[in-house]
Amino acid sequence: MKIEVNTHSKNMIRFAKEHENAVVMSADLGTSCEVKEFHRLLPERYFSMGIAEQNMVSWAAGLAREGFLPYLHTFGVFLYRRVLDQLEMSVAYSNLPVTFVGFLPGIMTPGGVTHQAVDDIAAIRAVPNMTIFDVGDATDIESVLDLGYEVGGPVFIRMLRKEVPRLFPAEEKMVFNRARTLSEGSDIAILSSSICTEEAMRATAVLHEKGVSIQHLHVSTIKPFTDPTVTEALGKVKYGAVTIENHLVTGGLGTAVAEVIADNGLNTKLARVGINGYAHGASKMYLMKKYGLDAMSLIHAVESIMGTRFDIKEEDLAEVRFEDYSAV
Amino acid sequence: MSSSEYTTKQIEKAATNIRKHILKIALDRGGCYLAQACSSAEILSSLYMGVLNLGPSLGSMDALPFPGVPGPDNMDYPKGSLYHGAPLPDKDRFFVSPAHYASVVYCALAECGRLSYDAIEKFNVDGWNLEMIGAEHSPGFECTAGSLGQTVSMACGTAHARKLKGDTGKVYILLSDGEVQEGQVWEAMQASYFYHLDNLVIYIDVNGQQVEGSTKEVMDMGALDERFRSFGSTVVNIDGHNVEQVIAASKLPHEGGPLVILCKTCGAHGIPLLERRLPYMHFVRIGADEVDAFREFYRTMGEQEDK
Repeated sequence: MKIEVNTHSKNMIRFAKEHENAVVMSADLGTSCEVKEFHRLLPERYFSMGIAEQNMVSWAAGLAREGFLPYLHTFGVFLYRRVLDQLEMSVAYSNLPVTFVGFLPGIMTPGGVTHQAVDDIAAIRAVPNMTIFDVGDATDIESVLDLGYEVGGPVFIRMLRKEVPRLFPAEEKMVFNRARTLSEGSDIAILSSSICTEEAMRATAVLHEKGVSIQHLHVSTIKPFTDPTVTEALGKVKYGAVTIENHLVTGGLGTAVAEVIADNGLNTKLARVGINGYAHGASKMYLMKKYGLDAMSLIHAVESIMGTRFDIKEEDLAEVRFEDYSAV
Repeated sequence: MSSSEYTTKQIEKAATNIRKHILKIALDRGGCYLAQACSSAEILSSLYMGVLNLGPSLGSMDALPFPGVPGPDNMDYPKGSLYHGAPLPDKDRFFVSPAHYASVVYCALAECGRLSYDAIEKFNVDGWNLEMIGAEHSPGFECTAGSLGQTVSMACGTAHARKLKGDTGKVYILLSDGEVQEGQVWEAMQASYFYHLDNLVIYIDVNGQQVEGSTKEVMDMGALDERFRSFGSTVVNIDGHNVEQVIAASKLPHEGGPLVILCKTCGAHGIPLLERRLPYMHFVRIGADEVDAFREFYRTMGEQEDK
């Protein structure tokens, strides 16, 4: 698998060169959020706002009212928990084109509970006018700014930084409100997002070998959530569906899928894999295992939905050689 | 009529009319934000009639049915900013932060011919656009300001944007004194100096009162002038009921940062019958035992000035 580095950094610079009204704002974490190079190359379009997120959000609203496109950079937690009122009343109500680029989604930080955005989707999914994107690979990252720009209005991005895999071909850009179909199948639907898609791909490779027919969707548009691809997948599977997300099981992808099942009167069993409460600080792989965001947890959820055991062990997963899509 | 064409006497008269009209609303409807009208009538009439450089209003003289909330399918609704004219580079912008001053803003717009007094008949009437606490569809409101502390940041962002674009027009904002208890105000003030917003003018209605009583009792903020000065602003204290002072203050030089004009006011100014309520007068309800006195006062209000 090809690993890309600092994809957002390059993409933000490219995007700003194509849109002269785009500006970056930072609440003292720009260097940790891949806009250090942007600052060096386009210093007159980089606004340091200090450790003062509430002011940054409302200030951005003022800039947006005058025709600028502000891209707010800090850790995701500080772009919704601390500033929810500003996000809603200064930006979302007015439907202004302000983009919240929130880094370290879910458990992507050893920084612990104060730095882990585990309930951001739950909070923002309820906010009218907002669009939410949850990127899962380098191709998603390369698409997301253009997509948000095309959609217009306020956008929240759960952004990944530094080393990110390229799971999808670079020329196959993310499509708004449309999941990527990673495998077609009729037994079970797996809907994954963010870092969990890479993990789900490890699990599905082994499940396929065991003869399970899987409809695997990677979801990158979390709001709106009216994608016919999702409804169709949930309607056609024999046993049921499993969601896996880098977020609380409450209010995130799993909840959105449950709403689709209920709204469409589908008789689809659902298992939601995700975080169940506040987490603590440690490495990504440790936390994914501890909080059940890994391939084994997904396999167990599939087993419970199908009412069977596949007797898959960690070693089987380790033997799985990941297909490098970008090398094809 | 542009701002400079009004005389001091006309602006003073407008302030009295604003108070009188809002007293009428309070009498007709059983209550209103009357103390805020009393404290800010000269500030708002002076701003609209003697300070702001605005183009002709593009807003409706009549009240409008509520045009719906902003959204992807509703961005061209009639906005409150239309009443401030086209947003041209050389024109001023004016933000009102204490949105519960809406009735005062509507009456000030009426006094300078940007809205009809007939429209104000629809003030706080279900289904119309002149709500008691305005949002950005309400006449005179350029943003949605009801959650205190946010508008100063929005005004700063607007001033920053206008500096970047090279606009010559300024950005004005009205704040209330209780509001500066919000931490966000000070985040905005530190950044306003960091970005040298010398195109930003902040009027503060220092009426010394808030919902639960006097600002000194609820959360004493000490010397406001020293606080704002220490954040880099040029600060001046004036009598907020003196039209000449309100207008003159806007012309003070303020190199390198915003101008903060602390307008000392009283929530009973112009309606002495309110004095016994001080400082508990966030929302004035006129009781059955005092309604006759207020009606009599209303009848003769402004006569002194007409002589």
